Amino acid sequence: MALAQPKIDLADALLARHATPAAGAKWAETARRSAAERLRAMGGPVRRDEYWKYTDPSSLTADVAPPAALMERDGTSIFSQVDRLTIVFVDGVIDLAQSDALALEGMTIEPLSDALGADIHWAQSVYGALETRGQDPVPRPLAALNTAVAGQGLAIHVTGKVEKPVSLVYLHNDVASDAVIHHVIRLDAGAEMTLLENGPAAARFNKCMEVDVADGARFHHVRAQGRDHERRAVTHMFARLGEESSFKSFTLTVNGVLTRNEAIIEFTGDNAHATVAGACAGDGTFHHDDTVFITHDAVNCESRQVYKKVLRNGATGAFQGKILVKAGAQKTDGYQISQGLLLDEESQFLAKPELEIYADDVACSHGSTVGAVDEDMLFYLTSRGVPRHAAQDMLVLAFLDEAIQEVEDEVLANAIRNRLGGWLERRSNSGL
Amino acid sequence: MLEISNLHVKLEEEDKQILKGVDLSVGAGQVHAIMGPNGSGKSTLSYVLSGRDGYEVTEGGATLEGQDLLDMEPEERAAAGLFLAFQYPVEIPGVGNMTFLRTALNGQRRARGEEEVNAAEFLKLVRARAKELQISDEMLKRPVNVGFSGGEKKRNEILQMAVLEPKMCVMDETDSGLDVDAMKLVADGVNALRSEGRSFLVITHYQRLLDHIKPDVVHIMADGRIVKTGGPELALEVEKNGYADILEEVA
Repeated sequence: MALAQPKIDLADALLARHATPAAGAKWAETARRSAAERLRAMGGPVRRDEYWKYTDPSSLTADVAPPAALMERDGTSIFSQVDRLTIVFVDGVIDLAQSDALALEGMTIEPLSDALGADIHWAQSVYGALETRGQDPVPRPLAALNTAVAGQGLAIHVTGKVEKPVSLVYLHNDVASDAVIHHVIRLDAGAEMTLLENGPAAARFNKCMEVDVADGARFHHVRAQGRDHERRAVTHMFARLGEESSFKSFTLTVNGVLTRNEAIIEFTGDNAHATVAGACAGDGTFHHDDTVFITHDAVNCESRQVYKKVLRNGATGAFQGKILVKAGAQKTDGYQISQGLLLDEESQFLAKPELEIYADDVACSHGSTVGAVDEDMLFYLTSRGVPRHAAQDMLVLAFLDEAIQEVEDEVLANAIRNRLGGWLERRSNSGL
Repeated sequence: MLEISNLHVKLEEEDKQILKGVDLSVGAGQVHAIMGPNGSGKSTLSYVLSGRDGYEVTEGGATLEGQDLLDMEPEERAAAGLFLAFQYPVEIPGVGNMTFLRTALNGQRRARGEEEVNAAEFLKLVRARAKELQISDEMLKRPVNVGFSGGEKKRNEILQMAVLEPKMCVMDETDSGLDVDAMKLVADGVNALRSEGRSFLVITHYQRLLDHIKPDVVHIMADGRIVKTGGPELALEVEKNGYADILEEVA
C-alpha cells in the first residue's frame, strides 16, 4: 500500500528541520543517507498509525519543540552516592569541561562525531545497523530520523570488565532546546559495563542507543528520566544479544508531559538473558508510553519485562509489549507483566500485551492488571495509626518496588527508591 | 473507657441493618468478652469502632475516654488509643514489617504531640517484645504478614499491640485458626499487657480462649444487640448448652 502523502511530507519536514551534522567518514555518511531513505520509505509517525494508537506523536514531530520550563533543583544527582565516571550533556551537546576525562580501564569512550569521522572504526558495524534490524516488522521512524541527523552522542567500546559505572548526565538549560543524541555501544566477548543515565536532557529529546552485546558479555543499564514537568522525550534502545550474554535495563520516570521509551531486543545467540523493567510515577498531564519488542531467534534464552506505573490526577500510562518467538527458538522462557495503579478515576492505563510464537517448546507468560489502591491494605495500615497519605505512599512504593527489584545493584536500587520517596513527599507537601 | 450507646449500623451498599441498638460500657482495666452466633454483628461492631469504610451509623454513638470515636479517621482512633486485632490480618507485599510498625508508632506519637522514637530505641523495643512472643528476626524483616502462617499472623497482631500500647484493645476472633499451643502463646501475650489503664474487648465464638484470657464480663450478642450480660459463668453456659437456650430465654 502506498504511503499517505502527509506521512511522506512529514518525513521530509523532519529531515529538513535538523541541521546537517559535521560530515563524517564515507561509511558514516552512507549510514546517515540510508537512514534518511528508510524514514522516507516508512513516513513520519502519525496518530493513525497502529503503533501510535495510545500516544499522540504530533508534539514530537512538530516543527518547533514546545518549550519546557526548567525545574528548580537541589543540585544533587540521583546517582551522586555512586562512584562513577560522569559525562555531561547540556541540551544534548557534550560538555567536556563539566565531564570527567573520557578514560576508564577496560573501555574506550569517544564522542560520536570522532567515531563517525574515522575511516575505519568498529562503530561502522553498529551505527544504524541495529536500528535497521529493529525496523522490521514495526517501523520506528523517529529512530531512523535520529540515525540520519544525530551529531551528538558517544561511542563506547567495552573490552574488559569495567569496575565503575559510566554515568551520563543530561542537563536542560534552554527552555526551547530540541536535542538529538545517538550512542553506540559494543561489548566484546566477556566484557561488562554499567551505564547510568539521568536528567531531563532538553525540552524535546530524541535519543537512540544501539547496544551490541557479544558472547558472554554483560550490560547493565539504569536510567532515571526526570524531572522537568513539561519536557518531552522519545527514546529507542536497540540491543543485539550474543550467546550467554546478559542485558538488564531499568528505567524510572517521574514528571514530563510526554515520554515514549522503546526497547527493541533481539536474541541471536543461545542461553542469553534480557530484562527490561520500568517504574513510573505520573501526575496530571503526564503521559508515559513503554513500547517493547523482544525477538527470540536463538535457543534457551530468557526474557523478562516488568513494568509498573502509578498514575494520578488524570495521568496516562501506556504499555505495548511484544514477545516474538521465531521458529526454532526452542526452550524460550518469556515473561511479561505490566501493571497500572490508578490513584483516582481520572487517570488511565492502556495496555497491549502481545505474544507471537512459532516454536512449540517454549514457556511464555504475560499478565496485565490495572486497579486502585487496595482498601483492605489501606485500612489495615491506617488502623495502626499510619496517616492515610503515608499509608498510600507506602503502598505506592511497594507496588513500584516489584520493578525496582529488577535492579541488581542495591546502591542503585536504593537511589531509585529515594528519588521516588522524594517525589511522593513533594507531591504530598504541594497538596496534590 | 469505651462507651457504646444505642448503636445502630447498616451496610452502606445495601439497606441492611446489622447493629440494632448496642449498649456496652467497658471500664478501665476490664476485660469484656462478646460471644454470639454467626451473623450476630460481632465483627461489624469491631469494624465500626475502628473506622472501616462501608458502614453507616444510623443512630447512637461510641466514645473512647469521652472522645467521640465515630467522628474520627481510623488513624486518629489509633492515636487516641484504640487497637483492633484483626480476625484476618492483611498481607501487604513490599511493605516491611519493621518499617510499617515504626511508621505506625511514630504516626501515633506525632498525632499526640509526643516525641518520635528513633531507630535504635525502636529496634530495642520491638526485639524485646518479639522475643516474648517467639517472633524471629527473620519474621520481623519480612513484608507485613506475607508468608506468615495463621498462628504467626495472630502473634504479629499481638506484637503490634505490645509495641503500640493502646488503651482499648478490640480483638476480633483472635483465636480462630489457632492450635492450642499458639492460642496459649497469644493469650500469654495479651495477659502480659493487662493493666489498670488498659481494657480489652474480646470477640470470640468459643469459651476456650476465655480459659486463658479471663474476662470480667461476658456479653451475648444476637441479631445486632447485646441480649445477655453476666460473669465468666455465662461463657461456660454457652460452651455447655450452646446459644439456643439463651436466645430462647431472652426471646
